[in-house]
Amino acid sequence: MSDRVIEFREALREAMSQEMRRDEKVFLLGEEVAQYDGAYKVSRGMLEEFGPRRIIDTPISESGFAGMAIGAAMMGLRPIVEFMSWSFSLVAADPILNNAPKMLYMSGGQFGCPIVFRGNDGAGGQLGSTHSWCVEGMFSNVPGLKMAIPAFPDDAKGLLASAIRDDDPVFFLESERLLAMKGHVPEGDHYVPFGKALVRKPGTDVTIISFGRPVHFCLEAAEELEKEGISCEVIDGRTIRPLDLDTIVASVKKTNSCVVVDQSWSFGSPGSEVAAQVHAACFDDLDNHVMRVHSADVPTPYASNLEQEYLPNARRIAEAVRSALYVA
Amino acid sequence: MSAVTDTARASSGGRRPLADRTSATPDQLGHWLRQMLLIREFEVRTMQAYQDKKIGGFCHIYIGQEAVAVGCTAAVRPEDPIVTAYRDHGHALARGMAPKYCMAEMFGRIGGCAKGKGGSMHMFDKPNNLFGGHGIVGAQTPLGTGLGFATKYIDEVIEGGSNRHVTLCFLGDGALNQGAFYEAMNLAGLFDIPVIFVVENNGYSMGTSIDRGTTMANRIIAKGEGCGIAGHELEGMDVIDVYEGMKAIADGCRAESRPAMVDIRTYRFKGHSMSDPRKYRTREEEEHWETDDPITRLRDAMIEGGMIDEDGFKALNREIKGEVRESIKWAEASPEPDLSELYTDVYVERFGPYLGTSMPQIVTDAEENR
Ligand SMILES: Cc1ncc(C[n+]2csc(CCOP(=O)(O)OP(=O)(O)O)c2C)c(N)n1
Ligand SMILES: [Mg+2]
Repeated sequence: MSDRVIEFREALREAMSQEMRRDEKVFLLGEEVAQYDGAYKVSRGMLEEFGPRRIIDTPISESGFAGMAIGAAMMGLRPIVEFMSWSFSLVAADPILNNAPKMLYMSGGQFGCPIVFRGNDGAGGQLGSTHSWCVEGMFSNVPGLKMAIPAFPDDAKGLLASAIRDDDPVFFLESERLLAMKGHVPEGDHYVPFGKALVRKPGTDVTIISFGRPVHFCLEAAEELEKEGISCEVIDGRTIRPLDLDTIVASVKKTNSCVVVDQSWSFGSPGSEVAAQVHAACFDDLDNHVMRVHSADVPTPYASNLEQEYLPNARRIAEAVRSALYVA
Repeated sequence: MSAVTDTARASSGGRRPLADRTSATPDQLGHWLRQMLLIREFEVRTMQAYQDKKIGGFCHIYIGQEAVAVGCTAAVRPEDPIVTAYRDHGHALARGMAPKYCMAEMFGRIGGCAKGKGGSMHMFDKPNNLFGGHGIVGAQTPLGTGLGFATKYIDEVIEGGSNRHVTLCFLGDGALNQGAFYEAMNLAGLFDIPVIFVVENNGYSMGTSIDRGTTMANRIIAKGEGCGIAGHELEGMDVIDVYEGMKAIADGCRAESRPAMVDIRTYRFKGHSMSDPRKYRTREEEEHWETDDPITRLRDAMIEGGMIDEDGFKALNREIKGEVRESIKWAEASPEPDLSELYTDVYVERFGPYLGTSMPQIVTDAEENR
């Protein structure tokens, strides 16, 4: 493990900068990414190093600049598109869902789309229902795209570097709540492959799987449950598409119990997909059906107490684990 | 210097005597002064409450732009719909929302205008015909066209008369660049919809000065002209100019059932949101605009016109400070929403948590009253 400790946002920046140094085809565009150093300071200093031809401030025109970047990708460039928040990508739904993931297929393999869309995803900052989208719920439904969702700084760098080098469109989901988090991050080239989940905490009684920020809620719940004598194995999925079912299944075959924690809404979600797959692969191994913890099935509320209750928080995770293990 | 030019200011009638500039009565002028002071004080206390972490999320302060919301609102009737973006406290107060409901909303309390569910960016007030507070840049512009469509439909189709309403749809200069705005304008032009797109042109969208974000930055009404919409430019630091200009435009739109676009030059004295160091503009520029304070302008004009004196102004200010203080107390005393509120207002019928049944579980009145 690297000795160096940096912030999540610095890890993201390092991945972009290293790939931009390596390949002139890579460039970054989005609102406030250049002169303002990024609304969340992810791209701080990049304008200085790469200049305005490669670090490009755009107007508030998500549909236009996402589509523009897709056109550029069809020409062989490798754009990184920053959405200040994934919530704002909804006005660009057509280009990002109808163009990018389907271009290769529609053109019979002629035109690929090597592009990364990245930005903040998820609730938790009292931003109200328009600004709190967890787009993994809707967007993971679409074939042709890949989706990465790091929970720790080292993965932020390694997954983003892999995303930029990927020849397919990658939806890269960051969490504003994690940007200041510090962690050990390797200095040089660091690539985390897609489709490889990580056991964040080994355990024996129950498998808890999650993606992105809620991985931290799971670790929090696991710590609490440890005091009650319940040993949790916490798996960080890291990418949603592709989904690393092997790691999950191996764990569930060991623990015989499974809880999925997913910050999107439950209906037709990564959580429901994992549950369906685990039920199919581990039918004879399960002591109980797979339990799921999601955000409440309502638009995200503003009020702090409502929002805390809305989230798949540690308390709700612990309740689901006890229920899965028949602990009253 | 931002692309918001000085030409509008130079053409302002700030120096002419009041009686020549407006037909507004002293009562009206006094009301506008009061409203602007209320918005100013409300926003000062909002910033404090935000710093004290009593308000969360994103919070956008309206200080500097008071003359726009107040002058525009005065130029239409209470039954005319208004819709705006996320910098919406000023519009809510100008429309007549009691400050306590606005404050409680930001405190995330049940007494808020939306029970604490919407927050600073999403102020809704049905009794006062304020149709939001919208957080997504440009989202309110097709809605504005739709509000105008509905008033026209009701007036002409259902009631069989001629159009009697006009809708105010506010947007920032940054929203000019959203595709939705172009579609909203084209529809309004095509269907003769009585909606006024009021661009609160404060020269910046976050850290992007208008000339870095849009074409024709010095003549943005050209964008409306492309959709057959008449454009107007107004100076936004003087409530009388705003009112007089908007009154004529609104009366015209109402009578002819046509849309309009208005470029109102203004300035936000504070940062974009509560976390903005404002490195993209100079202190000189800020000071230049701050000396053009809309409240000072009206106060001075009224003093000159003998409608108020220094003491009267001080008394008014004191009264408003008290009113805002009361609103904070009231907001603090208002309880947090009960956790059951998480599941109300999702559908018209009341449902409980999603349990995987074909219909969400209905919360019975008995349960609710527990
Ligand atoms: C679709 C969308 N993209 C980005 C944002 C983030 N954002 C919020 S306000 C803002 C700037 C808007 O500026 P302007 O329209 O001029 O209004 P002002 O803040 O000056 O009142 C941006 C980029 C958003 N809310 N919605
Ligand atoms: Mg602006």
